[in-house]
Amino acid sequence: MLDPRKILDKEFGKTDLPIDPPKARQILDAHGGARIRTWMSICSRCGLCAESCFVYLSNDRDPRLSPAYKVRHSLGEMYRRKGKFDRAFLEKAYEICWLQCTMCKRCSIYCPFGIDIASMIMAARNVCYSQGVRAGRLAEFTENCRQSGNHMNLPPEELIATCEWVAEEVQEEFSGVGIPIDQPNVQYMYTINPREVVFFPQDITDAAVLLTAARESWTMPSFGWDCTNLPMLAGDREMGGRQVQNLYEKARDLGAEYILITECGHANRSLVYEGPYMAGYPDGKPPVKIKHFVQLIYEYLRDGRIRIDPQKKLTGPVTYQDPCNISRNGGLWEVARQAIAYLAEDFRDMSPNRDYNHCCGGGSGILPMGPDYKPFRLANGRVKAEQIKATGAQIVIAPCHNCYDQIHDLSEEYDLGVKVMSFKEIIREAMIVPEHMRIAENPDG
Amino acid sequence: MGNLTADSIYRFLSGPALWFTMTVFLGGLALRMGYLYWLSRRKDPVIYNHASFSWGLKSILFWLIPWATVSMRSQPVFSGAAFLFHICLLSVPLFLSAHNILWEEAFGVSLWSMPDAWADALTLVFLATAVFVLVRRVVRPEVRILTSAWDYTLIALTTLPFLTGILAYHQMGPYELMLPLHIALSEILLIVIPFSKLGHMLLFFFSRAFIGFELGARRGARSW
Repeated sequence: MLDPRKILDKEFGKTDLPIDPPKARQILDAHGGARIRTWMSICSRCGLCAESCFVYLSNDRDPRLSPAYKVRHSLGEMYRRKGKFDRAFLEKAYEICWLQCTMCKRCSIYCPFGIDIASMIMAARNVCYSQGVRAGRLAEFTENCRQSGNHMNLPPEELIATCEWVAEEVQEEFSGVGIPIDQPNVQYMYTINPREVVFFPQDITDAAVLLTAARESWTMPSFGWDCTNLPMLAGDREMGGRQVQNLYEKARDLGAEYILITECGHANRSLVYEGPYMAGYPDGKPPVKIKHFVQLIYEYLRDGRIRIDPQKKLTGPVTYQDPCNISRNGGLWEVARQAIAYLAEDFRDMSPNRDYNHCCGGGSGILPMGPDYKPFRLANGRVKAEQIKATGAQIVIAPCHNCYDQIHDLSEEYDLGVKVMSFKEIIREAMIVPEHMRIAENPDG
Repeated sequence: MGNLTADSIYRFLSGPALWFTMTVFLGGLALRMGYLYWLSRRKDPVIYNHASFSWGLKSILFWLIPWATVSMRSQPVFSGAAFLFHICLLSVPLFLSAHNILWEEAFGVSLWSMPDAWADALTLVFLATAVFVLVRRVVRPEVRILTSAWDYTLIALTTLPFLTGILAYHQMGPYELMLPLHIALSEILLIVIPFSKLGHMLLFFFSRAFIGFELGARRGARSW
């Protein structure tokens, strides 16, 4: 287990904010329903959860990393102390909640009582946040969301300008690709991660190409387009709720049938599962239908709306990273595999896989928390690296930005020699370009 | 004189003390369940919003079948021992012929009785699995670090009624002491159940059903 002292000093060294016990108690009370009370009181300390946890397994089975231990020394201790903490305790809780748990929910499968430790760690994150114990970067992103509705604080003009130039650029390759903005009454309102706009506009282009190829009715919104929810991961439940509400409302205003999510994991968890509760919908269901890109790709391939050129299928060994928030926490593991069957000739599953798969170690905020935290997520990713190595794959398909970047880093750290790809990238290269997108070979002659 | 005291202790333990015990045991469980139900209606809509009979049932049943879950298969010896532990824990007190004779005398109703030789064998199995569970708790670092003095106390409280019971039955050690000790320790155990992690004898079903809703009904994922 790596020592986080330096980082904690850097993040909190100058913090001498007073502790706010009433605020902490209020949050603990709000979370303290029958579920958490039951879980806390019946955990029999059997230790079966330990073997489920990739952080425990990746760090030489350090007993302090078993899920039961982690929840007991974070949220459990918060209840015992009834909100009376000191900074040292909160920093310890921070270490547990952000450096040692990605809320992947795998331990709930292994617990004889099905205790939902991820939800308890999320509650502990809320308490930490309320006491000013926040990852600097996540706090900054949260403020950005408050100001502009997206975590990189991009003005709408920048999104629109980017969409215009990427659409223009792609015209050289395909005809008829445009990125509609704020088009009403469409099938899909397409939402993305702001980092696509700044660092990876290719991702937006790829989506536009695929949606055009399928002759889809879609639009991007000028506001409410950031499907990520870093406030949720930072522990700011209220802002997390506002973040999803932005998207729900925009989709309703536009009359879009679905909110379509880019290849991002936690956006799915946020919009479909946690979001309705954070935003205060009593029935716990999102007010608009939500679809993840993996599901859409599967439907396009199944229905022949996008066809793959058999000559361009991936021939080398391919494996699939089940992102926690898309597979176990999103139910999309089978459709992903069915989509891959159209794209790759030599598919090799990791073990364990599907809803049993291990987290990559980059999830639930640690990746956007910045380079200081990289050694931790690389250490936690050892199990994932070994899983990938065992498949012998050269390409890892990862439909989640965090998995994507994490596995890219793992490949360097553990010498895996794999290339990470999104579904969009693969399909754009491998699809049969439909008639309506072909550019005349020789327009002059 | 000594006999008279032992007799009055026995009559106290099997009379008023037993009524008190059963009131606390059943009443305590009812109160705890009632309180949690009331609380869940106020604070946990997520339990009811996604409730699904089949997912809840599957989530429970898979954990009632030995080695039916990936977790049990990851520690097959321990999970096998845990199954035996629980089977003996429930079956011996309920189906012991001596207990059933007492119920028959007191209430005119009783359950099926197992032969005494079975009860002996199951009690020995129970004690063996209890020792195994205890040793595992001490030996495995990830379990030891979670274990508090109270956890050891609860293992002792669960085990002692069986130890004193089999000793009393076979009249090993001082019977006049062993029998009241057996009754008193059993009563203490029953009183502790509603107020400790042993409440899982009922809460198991509810927490399992919930995770079945949460992982299964909402996401189609297995919780076993």
